[in-house]
Amino acid sequence: MTDVTDLGIAQLRDGIRAGTFSAREVADAFIVKVSKAKALNAFIVETPDHAIAAAKDADAARAAGETLKPLAGVPIGMKDLFATKGVQTTAASHMLEGFKPVYESTVSQRLWDAGAGMLGKLNLDQFAMGSSNETSYFGNVISPWRRGGGDNAPLAPGGSSGGSSAAIAARLVPGATGTDTGGSIRQPAAFVGISGIKPTYGRCSRWGVVAFASSLDQAGPMARSVQDCAILLENMAGFDPKDSTSLELAVPKWEAGLSSSLRGKKIGIPKEYRVDGMPAEIEALWQQGIDWVKDAGAEVVEVSLPHTKYALPAYYIIAPAEASSNLARYDGVRYGLRELADGQNLQEMYASTRAAGFGDEVKRRILIGTYVLSAGFYDAYYTQAQKVRTLIARDFDNAWMECDLLLTPTAPSAAFALGEKSADPLAMYLNDVFTVPSSLAGLPAMSVPGGLDKAGLPLGLQIIGKPLDEQGVLNAGLAIEERAGFTARPESWW
Amino acid sequence: MTEAAYRIQGDTGEWEVVIGLEVHAQVTSNAKLFSGAATAFGAEPNSQVSLIDAAMPGMLPTPNRECIRQAVRTGMAIGAVINKYSRFDRKNYFYADLPQGYQISQLFHPIVGEGQIEISLDEKDPEAFTKTIGIERIHVEQDAGKLMHDQHPTRSYVDLNRAGVALMEIVSKPDMRSPQEAGAYLSKLRAILRYVGSCDGNMDQGSMRADVNVSVRKPGAEFGTRTETKNVNSVRFVMQTVEVEARRQVEVLEAGGKIVQETRLFDPDRGETRSMRSKEDAHDYRYFPDPDLLPLELDDSFLEECRASLPELPDAKRRRYEQALGLTAYNAAVLTADADTARWFEALLAESARVQGKGEQEVARAAANWLLSDLYGALNKLGKDLGESPVSPVQGAELLALVADGTISGPLAKQVFEIMLETGDSAPKIVEDRGLKQTSDTGAIEAVIAEVLAKNPGQLEQYRGGKEALFGFFVGQTMKAMAGKANPAVVNELLKKALAG
Amino acid sequence: MSVDTATVKKVASLARIAISDADAERLAPELNNILGWIEQLGEVDTANVDPMTAVIPNTLRLRADVITEGQQRDAVLQNAPQGEHGFFTVPKVVE
Repeated sequence: MTDVTDLGIAQLRDGIRAGTFSAREVADAFIVKVSKAKALNAFIVETPDHAIAAAKDADAARAAGETLKPLAGVPIGMKDLFATKGVQTTAASHMLEGFKPVYESTVSQRLWDAGAGMLGKLNLDQFAMGSSNETSYFGNVISPWRRGGGDNAPLAPGGSSGGSSAAIAARLVPGATGTDTGGSIRQPAAFVGISGIKPTYGRCSRWGVVAFASSLDQAGPMARSVQDCAILLENMAGFDPKDSTSLELAVPKWEAGLSSSLRGKKIGIPKEYRVDGMPAEIEALWQQGIDWVKDAGAEVVEVSLPHTKYALPAYYIIAPAEASSNLARYDGVRYGLRELADGQNLQEMYASTRAAGFGDEVKRRILIGTYVLSAGFYDAYYTQAQKVRTLIARDFDNAWMECDLLLTPTAPSAAFALGEKSADPLAMYLNDVFTVPSSLAGLPAMSVPGGLDKAGLPLGLQIIGKPLDEQGVLNAGLAIEERAGFTARPESWW
Repeated sequence: MTEAAYRIQGDTGEWEVVIGLEVHAQVTSNAKLFSGAATAFGAEPNSQVSLIDAAMPGMLPTPNRECIRQAVRTGMAIGAVINKYSRFDRKNYFYADLPQGYQISQLFHPIVGEGQIEISLDEKDPEAFTKTIGIERIHVEQDAGKLMHDQHPTRSYVDLNRAGVALMEIVSKPDMRSPQEAGAYLSKLRAILRYVGSCDGNMDQGSMRADVNVSVRKPGAEFGTRTETKNVNSVRFVMQTVEVEARRQVEVLEAGGKIVQETRLFDPDRGETRSMRSKEDAHDYRYFPDPDLLPLELDDSFLEECRASLPELPDAKRRRYEQALGLTAYNAAVLTADADTARWFEALLAESARVQGKGEQEVARAAANWLLSDLYGALNKLGKDLGESPVSPVQGAELLALVADGTISGPLAKQVFEIMLETGDSAPKIVEDRGLKQTSDTGAIEAVIAEVLAKNPGQLEQYRGGKEALFGFFVGQTMKAMAGKANPAVVNELLKKALAG
Repeated sequence: MSVDTATVKKVASLARIAISDADAERLAPELNNILGWIEQLGEVDTANVDPMTAVIPNTLRLRADVITEGQQRDAVLQNAPQGEHGFFTVPKVVE
């Protein structure tokens, strides 16, 4: 008999509809998997009751002969950056330990309205700041993958959506939400051999998502197939009047629109992404990807994105600047941690609360953000960065005159070992080199697995599309997925 | 402007004071600037707080159309440039009344640019001494919450009801030169806001408060260093702040000291300003555009609607009252100084014209006089303001109509008005019930006149002997004998005949 | 540009994060390293370039002036570390 936890979103949905298995069976199977996977530390909170309630609703609806909702009875994981009503929401910080929102984020509410259930709140880099999931107050997430040849060094599942990526790769959940500010969906997806899409900025509401950098933050789905990503995204996206930056557009039927033929499409290869010191394996994977899209009927052209090298420094001004302000609300007054020694005054309370409540990486970014916005530096740093951002967006606009989509590697390396880069923040930041430019321009971008490196670790390919062309991105992803035939999965050791 | 310049006499000669005001005016709206919580004054603590106002994680601001509209209308009312493109910025600082850790304001691109307000320095003759005060800008921003320090020995209490309420910050140029000008400016600004309906101008409830920037200089010299006295909440206190702060600065300078650019506080009990060093903490607000909000772009139809909905403003109204209605300059100024007074007057005027079937200009003077003397006098005694008047404009118009058509005399009207105030009855009812109706019955009047003449033969003789000034005496006697109910015109006519013998 | 420990302390104070002398000494070179790398942005010619305002072209919507929230004091105060009589409370502020 099939293990339902090996199935993806579409298969579970269809199986529950068809009565192949009950939603309750599905929920129970995943709940057991989650409970046995503590060693991965992918969850901060487990919510079996939530998943079971959704399963019961789905089974009851089916028994009553009702039309099932789009995700009826499908259990998923929720990144712990989304506020969930009555369920602890921490952003993986000590600051918000114990915080139970009285509200539900728009994105999670849409998923529950579609019939999905929640298996738990997934670990992440604290306040989504990190690329390895080593900054969580609740401990590192361990990737289910290991290097071959008896090297059991624990590996990073990527970040910031590292709990999401690890849980999906380990089959603890069939899919999960992620958020992406500079690559936080795509890079972890690449590290564990799954797919993930960051839609166009404004597609998914930011309401109820703990903010990191408002002009960059965007929610998106992560799952093991392109189709599953399309299904989840359809049930996450949509106009929300409560978010001023939300796009007032209907949600396309992305799943129905899936097609792996790229005939008539031009796919651009940005030459500036051939960075110095790129590992040969990444280079080879990229070439393999080019061959695959050609095979799918696309024409491949070289394009230039001349300001690419300035994307990361611009990002590391804009994101910390916004974060330094967004995180000012964590002050120990209305919710969350309060540290107050005898005799301390209000301002001292703020300083000790924030010192105790934020981890090192969060503090580092708040300090950088505070510094670049401070008197005398604003124009040189922030204004200049936003101007460079304009130039980066213009680079993409120019590229769209020559092609429909861009194909690049997702990350400059396979997953690294925990601790390998955590001592050098700058080396960690450089991991986002391929994902940050499209974030700065608000473009839809996706990572799909391409293959394994010599050590047996997954590598991802990234497709970047024009604004609002999630369909084009998904279709190219599907074309690659079909050709890559990626079936590798981590051996269970946890 | 020929008024003598305001000067402070120091030991080293005369000093001139330079004043600029930054007025925070609460925008009249149902809901807050960026959240759907209510704005009403005086609610239970923290009962008008949205999750956005409390800055819960993941909460986002969405701007209230009405607040933007009112700021634009205010800008139009002061003849200002309206910026079709503006932005909201974050002003970052930590304080317990500021849940987000930043105030959403507008630094780089305010919604309203330069405008001006004309102030008048002589109430009796408003056109005699006028001055134009420049407005630098108006921007829209969030108010902070409220801290209470006297409820607990070691804790301050935080109430967020006000947090997020929309304010307009109206920044003047440093164009004022005396406490009187500062007072006149604030009063005039308040009048305009109340006319426009963008702020209730209620200074007791904190709907309007001013930061007073003061510096002193020798006449004609460069601007001196200024201080900013925060949150002054009445016209009188603004004038006092200017006076005492300017004098303090002169004393400091003449003693060889320097003025420090700083924030000060006005203490009305002691009549002095003092430094707020506790808040001096090297402010660096790290302004930057709020990434949760897009640029605000106003289209022509929005602006057109704002313009079309503007009422007649105080200066235009005052001139119209003088020129078209024939009111005295003083009456016109008093009636237009406040939007509520003008509104009351215009209701009275319209109703008077309607019931009397006359043009407004024919009934205006009587209406203005009655409102400013009779009604104001009565309200004064009752300790009420016009909004609480026991007599409505409709009732006032009925009373004035009875006088105009000769039903009751002027003196009798005063009595009727007294009864109206006591009983709340309408004037026609009082006149009817109490038989106060003026008589024009010539037979009855002739009979009374005959009696009066018979009782006063001496006076009659004198009159007929040429002392015609006694005519008034006979009128008085006749009216008295008829308890004021005789039509004075008829009495005059019949008396003349009778006296002529 | 070089960030010394005094600057680190000043910035930390602006950001209301208590740091020890040891923290400041550790952070100074780290921040210098990051800021030094960021400074390469200065070499980009941005004359006549406007700073980005909206990532995806979009205009600010204005909502109707309607009361939609409030009368939820308990919900607002529910997660407060300290509060009484319907207020949040903080160490007494002397003004």
